[in-house]
Amino acid sequence: MATEFQKISLSGRKVEVSNKVMTFTEQLYLPAILKGMGITLRHFFKKKVTVQYPEQKREFSPVFRGRHILMRDEVGAERCTACGLCALACPAEAITMTASERKKGEEKLYREEKYAAVYEINMLRCIFCGLCEDACPKEAIFLTEEMVSSDYQRTGFIYGKDKLVMPLEDKAH
Amino acid sequence: MDYIQLGIQFAIILVVFAITMFIALYSTFAERKVAGYMQDRPGPNRAGYGGIFQPLADGLKMFTKEDFIPETKNKFLFIIGPGLFIITALMTSAVIPWGGTMNFFGRAVPIQATDIDVALLFIFGMVSFGVYGIMIGGWASDNKFSLLGAVRASSQMISYEVAMGLSIIAVIMLTGTLSLRSMAEQQHGFIDWSGKVPYFSWIVFKQPLAFLIFLICAFAETNRTPFDLPECEAELVGGYHTEYSSMKLGFYLFAEYINMFISSTVISVIFFGGYNYPGMDWVHNALTGALGNIGSNLAVLVGIGVLFAKIVFFIFFYMWVRWTVPRFRYDQLMNLGWKILIPLSILNIVLTGGAILLTK
Repeated sequence: MATEFQKISLSGRKVEVSNKVMTFTEQLYLPAILKGMGITLRHFFKKKVTVQYPEQKREFSPVFRGRHILMRDEVGAERCTACGLCALACPAEAITMTASERKKGEEKLYREEKYAAVYEINMLRCIFCGLCEDACPKEAIFLTEEMVSSDYQRTGFIYGKDKLVMPLEDKAH
Repeated sequence: MDYIQLGIQFAIILVVFAITMFIALYSTFAERKVAGYMQDRPGPNRAGYGGIFQPLADGLKMFTKEDFIPETKNKFLFIIGPGLFIITALMTSAVIPWGGTMNFFGRAVPIQATDIDVALLFIFGMVSFGVYGIMIGGWASDNKFSLLGAVRASSQMISYEVAMGLSIIAVIMLTGTLSLRSMAEQQHGFIDWSGKVPYFSWIVFKQPLAFLIFLICAFAETNRTPFDLPECEAELVGGYHTEYSSMKLGFYLFAEYINMFISSTVISVIFFGGYNYPGMDWVHNALTGALGNIGSNLAVLVGIGVLFAKIVFFIFFYMWVRWTVPRFRYDQLMNLGWKILIPLSILNIVLTGGAILLTK
């Protein structure tokens, strides 16, 4: 009685997909095991797909969001004017800054009259979302391809201007 | 009392013990490397050159972990469980013929710790005794899952011992002796020219079915995939060694690799001729002719090297099967042990008996 119920398909779309009866060689299991062992042995001699970090690295895409950098313009003056929009946009509240006024002889150092005397990003809070890069009106802060290096202590992770500002390249005269 | 003989045997036991420990240690490393290579990844390669100091790192890790004993009434049993397991694993290495006979200062030294007449029975006895280590460990852990794992382990080991013994009976019918040294000596060279029809002298060619059954049972006895239900992580957390930590856990895991090594050795000695290899007479005569006594000792050393090559191949075979075959379910395991292997081995005995009668 039970087998009659199993053969009825109420919607007419039932498909029996696997043949449950095993052949004799399948019932032995040994030929299938030997075939499987051949496959495993073939994989033993294949090339490995592991990337041995840090000796080998994979390339990042151009839009990779890594470490921050504060840009300078063509003449070497810092772009950042300490407007605070990046600190406002940051969802993790990782950016803090202190503004100050440009003095008489510092025109080559800073673009506008207001500049950031202290600019700090707490890398432990930062989530590398890139909202600060989107918010900056002066195109001053960008997220580069470099990674933030790891450490055993928390103290070194508040990056100040010494680590964030783009270094001045010495142009050959 | 022949003190020199005793001293030589003691020295051989020490050397065998050291080699067993070394090979079991590097089997753990080889397992991870072989597993990695079969899965298209390199395995551990950071500790030392190519990862060669990885077992040292693992051993140090085991030593420096906290060694706690759960609140059970059976503290004594909890502590001696892994000890029992490793003792029985190591004791089987005493009766295995590692090489031929060397000559030192006119004294013939067989490269074997002891040569008893019932060596094969001794090995089976020791293997059966190893079940105690698992049962005691699982029971003394005071943990239902450990107990379940231990019960599964012991039932599995007992079931497959029957088939193992029955398959060996056919081999004993052929060789007529239980001593492993006589079995190795009967498999001299590679081809046996002395009969009516020249045939291979290794027993694997005379008893392929017994070899297959013994191999499957050896996998089950050492709790090795596809029969590693007692200790699989997915189903029973850790099985019988869930509650163990630090060196006791290290003993359980290590004893498993020692068991694997000893099983490979027993298979090599019984079925694959032990220290014999094709062309061994030629090598022996050439070396003795060139270097005399030292030459014949060197020829025995070559035999020992060949035995270790076979052992390494079988250890690799264990790992190869582990990463190929999925695990058996408990009822499938029991089905295989009782309903398929035992009738097959009895059939093998009947066929062997018939063949012996016909060729007499």
